[in-house]
Amino acid sequence: MVVKLRVWLTVCAFSSVALVSGNAALAAKDSGGSKPAKSAQGKQVESNPRGQVLALSCTSCHGTDGKSVGIIPSFNTRSSAYIEAALKGFKSGERYSTVMGRHAKGYSDDELRLIANYFGKTSNNK
Amino acid sequence: MSHTLSRRDFNKLLLSGVAASAFGILGSSNTAFASSKRVVVVGGGFGGAAAAKYLRKLDPSISVTLIEPKAIFYTCPFSNWVLGGLKTMEDIAQTYSALKNKYKVNVIADSAVAIDAVRGTVKLKGGQVIGFDRLIVSPGIDFKWDTIPGYSESVASAKMPHAYQAGPQTVLLHNQLLAMKNGGRVFICPPANPFRCPPGPYERASLIAGYLKAKKPLSKIIILDPKEKFSKQGLFKKGWERLYPGMIEWRSGSTGGKLVKVDAATMSLTTEFGVENADVINIIPPQKAGKIAFDAGLTDATGWCPINPISFESTIHPGVHVIGDASIAGAMPKSGFAASSQGKVAAAAIVRLFQGKVPAAPSLVNTCYSLIGPGYGISVAGVYKLTVEGIVEIPEAGGLTPINADDDQLREEANFARGWYSNIVQDTWG
Repeated sequence: MVVKLRVWLTVCAFSSVALVSGNAALAAKDSGGSKPAKSAQGKQVESNPRGQVLALSCTSCHGTDGKSVGIIPSFNTRSSAYIEAALKGFKSGERYSTVMGRHAKGYSDDELRLIANYFGKTSNNK
Repeated sequence: MSHTLSRRDFNKLLLSGVAASAFGILGSSNTAFASSKRVVVVGGGFGGAAAAKYLRKLDPSISVTLIEPKAIFYTCPFSNWVLGGLKTMEDIAQTYSALKNKYKVNVIADSAVAIDAVRGTVKLKGGQVIGFDRLIVSPGIDFKWDTIPGYSESVASAKMPHAYQAGPQTVLLHNQLLAMKNGGRVFICPPANPFRCPPGPYERASLIAGYLKAKKPLSKIIILDPKEKFSKQGLFKKGWERLYPGMIEWRSGSTGGKLVKVDAATMSLTTEFGVENADVINIIPPQKAGKIAFDAGLTDATGWCPINPISFESTIHPGVHVIGDASIAGAMPKSGFAASSQGKVAAAAIVRLFQGKVPAAPSLVNTCYSLIGPGYGISVAGVYKLTVEGIVEIPEAGGLTPINADDDQLREEANFARGWYSNIVQDTWG
């Protein structure tokens, strides 16, 4: 019985994932230009939580906040528009890459924009 | 309940934290709108260190304690480069000073020996008991020592290193290769799936071949594999033919790759096809979640830890998150990259959970670079999403370096492999 309940709960948690995902993405979209919250370091958490959690993946290769210490390009000084155009170029194949095309194809255009917005804000839109 | 709740109602309900808690997303409800925000992280590898750093970076009001016995952590990524003479142990040494000084993580040099998930405490080997509101367990792997007759932990530490937890084992295997005669036979014996770093044994064969070709060209490497295929197989085999023709022999499970027993006294291996004498034997044993995961009751019958993939919270113990190699993360491989990615996702989820909010649905990624030679790199990438089936790979994304990649691209990938290492260790420990 306990096992059955656990399986049921797990199924619920899993099936809710897709819904939560949709809601979170929508919420983030709606609050596109919203004001940052109180905590300076936590501002993207408030305004673009989905963009933040997607963007965290990028820093494994590109460095914390997109500031690379090696040969892989930095984007910490790039604008949201630049990053979004680059990501879409990788996705379509218009822009040459070794591995970025393989990553960018895993995201919808909306998700790429959320990622670009997250990093663009950390770079003060230079 | 599922009979009476329409999809739309369910969707609406999820918007409230109460419902999310009821459906197991928030885990233990006492942490919603938490006034106390103490997180303890057990294990300072790729997963644990990234989680500790990002918890502090994303929400400085969270107090974070990291339990890790080693003052220096040697990374498994690039440890094959050490075996090939391309890097030194110093090059793969990471410390906790940035976590301590820059991110104000309370780093305690001790091991966790017991976890009380109900009371919310971790007991350390030194006797100290630390309370937590949420716990992250990132214990990595442990070995199943009793699966190969003749092999044991003491055989591994003296004669047949696994070198699959970087450190003294890496040095032992490297020294054995340096001492080996020209014309020696090196055996590498990977386990069946699942195991840490699926391309690891084959990158290892490649870089050892690079060393042997230059210094001991009469030598041979034989891979005894219980599997019928392996990660990036086509790319590795092509690279071996181009760079090390005739030097590396891969035997699959059905062609004599399965180990029956080993003998440390005679340095020999017995397969289903006969006895082989060896000069260097590298056994990579079958694996399971790190010991503390078993002691804390976080594992299931598979020997790994089931989790809710949105937050990596254990489906067995609410309030306890398991990340990295020890977790059952669906289609994701067990890799340092995956662990670091999961550590950051768990950190972001915990920040939200402390605020009484539902975590944002993550995307998880993995990229494994392997070096076949110093200027010959290959990669496999994957992007993963959450579905009702758990963590699945997005079929349109990811994939391998093209099999017909030209030399410029292979050189570029080798350079990116170095760039990747610099950044991931910085993103995790720096």
